[in-house]
Amino acid sequence: MGVPSQITAAALGVDYAALAPLLILFVGAIVSVLIETVLPHHRRRPVQLAVTLAVVVLALAAVIVRATTGAADVVVLAGAISVDAPSLFLWGTLLALAIPSVLLLADRSIEPGGVFLPDPEALAAARDRVGALAGGGSDTGRPGAGGSRGGTGSGDGGPAPEMHTEVFPFVLFALLGMLAFCAANDLITMFVALEVLSLPLYLLCGLARRRRLLSQESAVKYFLLGAFASAFFIYGVALLYGYAGSVRLSDIAAAAAGPLRSDTLLFGGLALIVVGLMFKASVGPFHTWTPDVYQGAPTAVTAFMAACTKVAAFGAILRVFTVAFGTTALEWRGVLWAVAIASMVIGTVLGITQTDLKRMVAYSSVAHAGFLLIGCLAITPAGLSGTLFYLLAYGFTTIAILGLVSLVRGGDGEAGHLSGYAGLAQRSPVVAASLSFCLLALAGVPLTSGFTAKFAVFSAGLADGMAPLVIVGLVCSAIAAFFYLRVIVLMYFSDPAPDGPTVSLPGPMTTVAITLGVAVTLLLGVLPTAALEWAGAGTFLG
Amino acid sequence: MSALVIVLVLLPLLGAAVCGALVKGGRDASAKSLGFGVSLVELVLVAVVWGLFDPSAPTRFQGESSVEWIPAFGVSFSLGLDGIALAMIALLAVLVPIVIAYTSFTSAAERFPDGPEGEPRGAGGFVALMLSLQGVLVALFAATDVFVFYVMFEVMLVPMYFIIGRFGGARRQYAAVKFFLYSFLGGLIMLGSVIGIYVASGTRLGAATFDWAELQRLAAQLPESTQILLFLGFFAAFAIKAPLVPLHTWLPDAGAQAPIGGGVILVGVLDKVGVFGFLRYCLPLFPLASQTLAPLVLVLSVIGVLYGALLAAMQTDMKRFVSYTSIAHFGFIGLGIFAFSQQAVAGSALYMVNHGISTAMLFLVVGMLAARGGSTQIADYGGVGKIAPVLAGLFLLAGLTTLSLPGTNSFVSEFLVLIGSWPREPVYTVIATVGIIFAALYVLWVYQRTMTGPLRGEAVVGGGPGAATARALAGGPGFSDTVDTDPPDAARRARFGDLSGREIGVLAPLVLLIFLLGFFPQPLLDVINPAVSATMSEVGVADPVGPNGVAR
Repeated sequence: MGVPSQITAAALGVDYAALAPLLILFVGAIVSVLIETVLPHHRRRPVQLAVTLAVVVLALAAVIVRATTGAADVVVLAGAISVDAPSLFLWGTLLALAIPSVLLLADRSIEPGGVFLPDPEALAAARDRVGALAGGGSDTGRPGAGGSRGGTGSGDGGPAPEMHTEVFPFVLFALLGMLAFCAANDLITMFVALEVLSLPLYLLCGLARRRRLLSQESAVKYFLLGAFASAFFIYGVALLYGYAGSVRLSDIAAAAAGPLRSDTLLFGGLALIVVGLMFKASVGPFHTWTPDVYQGAPTAVTAFMAACTKVAAFGAILRVFTVAFGTTALEWRGVLWAVAIASMVIGTVLGITQTDLKRMVAYSSVAHAGFLLIGCLAITPAGLSGTLFYLLAYGFTTIAILGLVSLVRGGDGEAGHLSGYAGLAQRSPVVAASLSFCLLALAGVPLTSGFTAKFAVFSAGLADGMAPLVIVGLVCSAIAAFFYLRVIVLMYFSDPAPDGPTVSLPGPMTTVAITLGVAVTLLLGVLPTAALEWAGAGTFLG
Repeated sequence: MSALVIVLVLLPLLGAAVCGALVKGGRDASAKSLGFGVSLVELVLVAVVWGLFDPSAPTRFQGESSVEWIPAFGVSFSLGLDGIALAMIALLAVLVPIVIAYTSFTSAAERFPDGPEGEPRGAGGFVALMLSLQGVLVALFAATDVFVFYVMFEVMLVPMYFIIGRFGGARRQYAAVKFFLYSFLGGLIMLGSVIGIYVASGTRLGAATFDWAELQRLAAQLPESTQILLFLGFFAAFAIKAPLVPLHTWLPDAGAQAPIGGGVILVGVLDKVGVFGFLRYCLPLFPLASQTLAPLVLVLSVIGVLYGALLAAMQTDMKRFVSYTSIAHFGFIGLGIFAFSQQAVAGSALYMVNHGISTAMLFLVVGMLAARGGSTQIADYGGVGKIAPVLAGLFLLAGLTTLSLPGTNSFVSEFLVLIGSWPREPVYTVIATVGIIFAALYVLWVYQRTMTGPLRGEAVVGGGPGAATARALAGGPGFSDTVDTDPPDAARRARFGDLSGREIGVLAPLVLLIFLLGFFPQPLLDVINPAVSATMSEVGVADPVGPNGVAR
């Protein structure tokens, strides 16, 4: 279904140049799976890391080449994927964000053996080693033993067991899904991409080495709610197919502009699709999974999810709103005003009450999703470029914050609780200063990327007649500043607890990831011109 | 001259960076001297710019420069000076070296809170923060691009936040957060209006812009209803910053908890951004709205004059007292600006400078007193005049310039505001004039309670919060036993200590300025007046006062 009749054999020819980033990722992911089966476990990690980074960099290079050579926008694969200027910007953003994410995922300097569940083979080898050395005294973290503290006692005998290296192919597949998701030109492709990006993420969430129950709970919660959201989405697709007789986004728009049909199907379908999309983008009130998953997942996975999933989801939202429903915007926009307001208010108000930094970041992401929605609802070029820029800026800031969070550690893994950050500036001024800077960026203080992004989105919203929404956004920003500021107050003006958490010295990979995030946050705040121009380079291709 | 203006912005920022690096390297003393040197160089440069500034030039701004910053938003980093901005920058350039000298080279820094591990916090960090604040404020006053102004308006909160939060009094965290959130909220409301005027310029001028001159031209095209909405956004931010009365509650906390040097700049210059904003942004950009909403501002201003004065009289803490006197004075400034006459607006602009000098003097004297007594409570002092006559004399002088005694600087500006407001707003002027009587009341009452009469109070005769200092000075543990025996005056004077040579040196420039501007304000008025005339013509209201100073 869904393949329009005018597609001829010639049109089915594949434009390999346009699809290069997707193909590179796909091949890379397959190779990565093969490595997993071929290499012995102790040699997998460096190879997997190298392959993953190479694939991501190669794909990013392909995107940049295509964007800079000014190749024409095309719709490829029989109308399934649209390679246009926003797609390229979103792809570039996703791949650029993937580099620091992968570096965080692969880091072993903070948590011996990496943040993920140990590989069973490696675990067994380690246990043998320990047994040989110490006469088998220690409980070397049997999977599930003690639930939340598995794998902690391994420090006393030999190196910590290697982590699951499956995370690397997972990340590549998830990235592939994300790239396809935000470039999908019909709803079925979008649904398939949604599943491709979601399934690896469900798995990644449950693989934390420490606090395993929390991690597994988050994975189950994410999976169940995600499955619900997917069901909503596919049901919406069905209704829209009933309405337009096609799942292509442009056909839906054409049908809406054509002779009169039942609006029930159109808007019913839109509502259900929106539920699915808003869930992925963690827009309130579809955000309930966000805090638990952000808190439970390994921090590196949280960083990957928070940055990249949001980019992909909002890319898809932008495309659906603009291409398929741009002509009927006046009729449905009012409802989404309510969603945007709900998201901003929920995110800020509940954010104030949080005592765990990762949960706080989660609620702040809900509030930011509301701000982003303002840009999406302004179906204008300014709204599009503003939202794209916002996604880029927000992604890097979030990765930097979560990277910094992973450094502050108590006796049992990360010190998530806010009290652990008391007096951090005394013990580690650089970490405290970087974290403060990123939090100020989230609050939207000028000279950070957060301000430029907010300005772009809000000015687009105001220009499109959404003054009330912008005012709510500004008030929420002011309220949200309170809880960002509270962390800064703790770090700078409070006395550290005597048995408080310590700050690990980050390894080179985490250092690079954090530095990249902070540098981009500063750069996009002071000299945003290049990124803004690229974000405003073109519009969606129908 | 345009290059000099850029240097004025960059020099303190550079100095701050170097000072910060020195402090990090543990060289607190060299950071202090370097910071002081940088602030002196800045003062010299400002004097040079002042000399180059031509009051009779036909253009609105002088020394203009512009670099494209974010073309996508029509933003360029544009700087330029008019008389009012120059006066504010000069005030800042005078106050910063004084504050740095006071903090670095007197015993003031000993009262900074210790770091979390009990190590004393040196003044070097304070100096670095102060210099960075100066750079941001110079850029703010010199900005001729609304976006740049907005950016600086928000960024200036960050150094001030750390000055209060790191070096302030016992409740510094609360005060710092309250200060930041209040100002940030106001700033975000203003951001709404900034975006609004940007969008309006896009629809009405063809290309969206933030250039001040372009937006001023836009003012003629904007309907009054739009102007009122945009005006209110800017007004909210400036009213919080100034502060006008219902939005003032952060100032007493911030003023009381800030270190003395921070309080001087906070109340003396940083708050002036609010009234400066009225003059530079609200009036010229939204002339119709300014006229329509003038009664609102006038009512708030007059309430501020009376309410600030009454609350000042009732304070028990001297730093809060200074903050409340400022609220009363900001009422006068607001009255003068929204009375729309050349004299009143010029008086207000002059008042902005004079109030900075008077408040700095008062804050510093209070700080020196508190450094001796270890307390800022009025009730802890009494009869200090007997044992520290120089301190008491300068306290009296600071008080007299605060109550605008003729011959001191404040009198000229207050007189100009009242005489200029009279023709258009007689009722408000009469009510505000009552505030002068209150001013005499609160100043003289505080002076009487702390400086005159028999020696009394915990901080003076020991046993109170300052007893430790007093005992250390006395060099004996049994000091508190001697209270009843009433030791001779000379011994007690040695313990409490009059002002040192350095402290007098810190205050001397201010004393000089108080009398100089009190008797001979014309050079300053010459610089201010062209900018005031330009503002008046931008508002488009006929001056109710004739050229000979007589109401028409």
